[in-house]
Amino acid sequence: MYRFALGRLLQAIPVLLVVITVTFFLVHSAPGGPFSADKAVPPEVIKALEEQYNLNQPVWQQYIGYLGDVLRGDFGPSFKYSGRTVNELIGAGLPITAELALYAMLVALGVGITAGVGAAMRPNTLQDYLPMTGAMIGICMPSFLLGPLLVLIFGIHLDWLPVSGWGDIPGDKILPSITLGTGYAAYIARLSRGGMLEVLSQDYIRTARAKGLSERLIIVKHALRGGLIPVVAFLGPAFAGLLAGSFVVETIFQIPGMGRFYVQAAFNRDYTLILGMTIFLSTLIIVFNLLSDMLAIWLNPKLRHELEGAKS
Amino acid sequence: MTYLSTNWSLYRGKLATELGLKLFLALVFVGLTGCGSGESNVSAGNKNGTLYWGNGTEPQTLDPQIATGVPESHIISAVMEGLVLKNRKTLEPIPGVAESWDISADGTVYTFKLRDNARWSNGDTHTAHDYAWSWWRALQPALGNLYAYMLFPIKNARQYYEGDISDFSEVGVKALDDRTLQVTLSFPTPYFLQLLDHYSTYPVHKETIEKFGDADQRGTRWTYEGNLVGNGPFQLVDWKINRRIVVEGNPHYWDANNVSLNKIVFIPIENIVTEERMFRAKQLHVTSSLPADKISVYRAAKDPELRIAPYLGTYYYRLNVRKPQLKDPRVRRALAMSVDRQRLVDNITKGGQIPAYAMTPPGTMGYYPESDLTFDPEGAKRLLAEAGYPNGEGFPSTEILYNTNEGHRKVAVALQDMWKKHLNIDIRLLNQEWKVYLDTESAGQYEISRAGWIGDYVDPNNFLDLFLCNGGNNRTGWCNEEYDRLILDVAPSMSSLKERLEVFQKAENMLLDDMPIIPIYTYTSVQLVNSAVKNLDPNIMNSPAYKDIYLQADK
Amino acid sequence: MNNSSSETTVMPDDQGTSLWQDAWIKLSKNRLALFGLAVLVTLILVSLLTPLIAPYGYEEQNLDMGATAPSLQHWLGTDIFGRDMLTRIMYGGRVSLMVGFIATAVALVIGILWGATAGFFGGRLDAVMMRIVDVLYALPFMIFIILLMVVFGRNILLLFLAIGAVEWLTMARIVRSQVMSLRNQEFVEAAHSLGLSQWTIIRRHIIPNTLGPVIVYTTLTIPSVMLLEAFLSFLGLGIQPPESSWGLLINYGVETMEEFPWLLIFPGIALSLTLFALNFLGDGLRDALDPRTSKD
Repeated sequence: MYRFALGRLLQAIPVLLVVITVTFFLVHSAPGGPFSADKAVPPEVIKALEEQYNLNQPVWQQYIGYLGDVLRGDFGPSFKYSGRTVNELIGAGLPITAELALYAMLVALGVGITAGVGAAMRPNTLQDYLPMTGAMIGICMPSFLLGPLLVLIFGIHLDWLPVSGWGDIPGDKILPSITLGTGYAAYIARLSRGGMLEVLSQDYIRTARAKGLSERLIIVKHALRGGLIPVVAFLGPAFAGLLAGSFVVETIFQIPGMGRFYVQAAFNRDYTLILGMTIFLSTLIIVFNLLSDMLAIWLNPKLRHELEGAKS
Repeated sequence: MTYLSTNWSLYRGKLATELGLKLFLALVFVGLTGCGSGESNVSAGNKNGTLYWGNGTEPQTLDPQIATGVPESHIISAVMEGLVLKNRKTLEPIPGVAESWDISADGTVYTFKLRDNARWSNGDTHTAHDYAWSWWRALQPALGNLYAYMLFPIKNARQYYEGDISDFSEVGVKALDDRTLQVTLSFPTPYFLQLLDHYSTYPVHKETIEKFGDADQRGTRWTYEGNLVGNGPFQLVDWKINRRIVVEGNPHYWDANNVSLNKIVFIPIENIVTEERMFRAKQLHVTSSLPADKISVYRAAKDPELRIAPYLGTYYYRLNVRKPQLKDPRVRRALAMSVDRQRLVDNITKGGQIPAYAMTPPGTMGYYPESDLTFDPEGAKRLLAEAGYPNGEGFPSTEILYNTNEGHRKVAVALQDMWKKHLNIDIRLLNQEWKVYLDTESAGQYEISRAGWIGDYVDPNNFLDLFLCNGGNNRTGWCNEEYDRLILDVAPSMSSLKERLEVFQKAENMLLDDMPIIPIYTYTSVQLVNSAVKNLDPNIMNSPAYKDIYLQADK
Repeated sequence: MNNSSSETTVMPDDQGTSLWQDAWIKLSKNRLALFGLAVLVTLILVSLLTPLIAPYGYEEQNLDMGATAPSLQHWLGTDIFGRDMLTRIMYGGRVSLMVGFIATAVALVIGILWGATAGFFGGRLDAVMMRIVDVLYALPFMIFIILLMVVFGRNILLLFLAIGAVEWLTMARIVRSQVMSLRNQEFVEAAHSLGLSQWTIIRRHIIPNTLGPVIVYTTLTIPSVMLLEAFLSFLGLGIQPPESSWGLLINYGVETMEEFPWLLIFPGIALSLTLFALNFLGDGLRDALDPRTSKD
């Protein structure tokens, strides 16, 4: 297992290099420079600015220089936010987005697995239809709709919860976490229901039932592990999606997280900020995909044996 | 053999599941017990003198000689101040750091007397030399000051900026002594005092800037909390990016006794729908704007918190006169004549905007442009036929370019339909993301493009000089040497206001005859303002005087 | 799990066709699935016939009227330009359905082939293929889209490609993990020992056995594709006003949901109805196609 993880981490180096290279050249070939503005910018100013940020050098030279900086752990200065470094901006946004993603993931797993497993235990009954209909609605409900709905109901009309902010007013983390987590809860409910149904039809479950074990015990002890494999495989991508999808929720709820920085950076052509965020997000995604794979292997002994057999 | 291991993993799996469940429950519990709405920002703020201000986007910088946006201008005007201030209603210049000034008979030499109690927020004395140095800095091309032109009325300032002269002592700004500043202009500029209330002409604290880098270096840390030294009624105490900027009263300010607010919290909110909800939840005293569809709701309810005021800006469409179908002025005129502006502002923009039939907003420095442009679909049809497109037949495919934005989309959709209805021509829409749009527009690769201009100062010159032949903001390809001459040479040489305005009217007529642009409406500022906020008076620049504002909740 | 082989049997060569017949019989007994199918067919027919049956022109404006609630003239009300909502929803459906189906099909084809290949062969090939997936996952989507928009211009085909290019990644991962867990089961080993070629094994055994999760995921992908399309259109890629799609209509509806709720509700119903129909059909198909249930 450790060798597997180490191997994957080593593989991540060329992956990151590709990500940096592709992003670098994409960003630099995107139309509109970081300093274009509504008001005409005098040529003197453009020249001065390009000099200051080394944009007057050939692109490949900038690329080499950038790689060198990244190796030293320096993502450079932000072009847009005069005087801020990219490291500083990531440092400001990451903890907030990570916290939001964590809560959303907990909402998604808690609600999703409960609903999915419950539905699978009594397929084609009300206990199945209700949560699955809910899941379907959850999937149809984009966060740009769910967020405002929740705000209007709980924030404005009932006046129970704050309508915006993150850590400023007590309780302001609840609505964003639910908004971001709902879509994933719905996915997870469907995946875990499917997985559980699959497992519950297997022989060993029937054997267990024939032995007269209680249904609850069968679910918890025997079925969950196999039944949740599709959910586990989905966790890596889900986490990536949460990080990337946090933008909409961060905008609706006025949360100062990475998602807003990232999208603003893209629109502002803040080259260094886009690159820095991309590299950082890429690393996170690689790590989470690895963790999700490791968890899947751990839950599925067969795969593990094979892996260990292959490596040794 | 697998039995044992399976069982063991199952056990571990179960442990993990239980742990996860407990963690989840604990978190939900913590989250929920934290709930229970506390006191709102607004009612707390009313008690302790804190103003919560919705401020649009996150400011790029607080360096007054680098900043360019409205959100930046709000914060900068709270922490810094120029030689003159403006009356918060009429925008007449009133004494700021300068307690008085003299203007020479020919209107070209201004002598400012500075207050002897003017101080920087760290207690340093604030002298006339600070202005000479700050304006020297503002004219360094390396700094990338987009508002350097605000100082160009000063003698030799443009020449210095463009590198034609290298000795700053030839530029018309001199500190005669610590408290006297003399400014010499190239020609009388009636709006010069106004420019001194624009943030790009504010003084900056030399020692602080040099502590964090070179004077003409961008991106130093001198504007951050703990570093920034200003001369305004407030001082910066906290700056959390994308979250809030907090300023507190500055005890060294010359008029500190008359500043009522203790604190202002500027909150950057790009999403105006979110902003409106925050206002309703009493998390904000003032919003930066209001979605068009909400305006009618507030209007219908006669909500006193809705505030609509004329705003010095024109929303217009550029017509690219280099494109074959738009070469003919009759076609451009026909397009302009078939825009039903009244219907548009009543039904689409809804913010009480004023239909515009000329480029300069009416009432700019007493100038009310006359225009023979009207909504006349029949006349437009005739003109189009004369130009060779009877009933729109054979009119080449044409696109409206606009940057991605709800408001611009709505106007474009409405105009598209008006042109179809009245001229029977098919116009397509093309929206582009902001930076792409800027590129496309300045490269002249468009036919019709959405534009807007907000005045930097109240004078027709600021609107009409957009369309000079090589003006960077022209972008239509339209060029008329006589027009250039009127704006650049004739208008500045006029001795009386009346004559000057006549010249502008003449230039404006040339613009309207040739129609390289279609004026659509004059902006209004639309905001929500909590009733506790006093002395935030509307003015056409929509610039607040924070030092005058106080909070008093209604009983 | 170890002894599940007694459940799934090695299918003889001629069972490919009877599997589908069998599936159709089971599907036709599932009322919800049939209902879903009926709704989808109706929606597709309406979309095809929209230019003939729509009550108004989709860009016909009446600014003086503005947004009005549902009435006899306008069954679903009008938007702020006074345009008939029923007509706009019908036209929007054409775009949404097209985007949903075609982009998902693109994602399906790439994802299944990619995932199955990686999962089946495993080893170094798997590692390389999955790292490519990782790279694509980690790319900045927004920049990618903006770049595409400018380099290639606005083009609805591009929209399909862009969405398909994003959505196939998860599909590939799901298929891969499914295939990996399948390929060592005895029935596959048995097929090996019977001397079937690798390709035949993939086609006959692996793909049919992964169909269940794939169908479930597909029913999840179509809605997310439709919503992604709304997001992209909002950014300015693809659909230009006055044309529209359900996702875009909902996007606009959200902003005015307090003032003009019908602008949100009706497109929302149209989208939900489609998604529910897809879901019922997907569930029905999964049950019908599951090789195991055929023995019950």
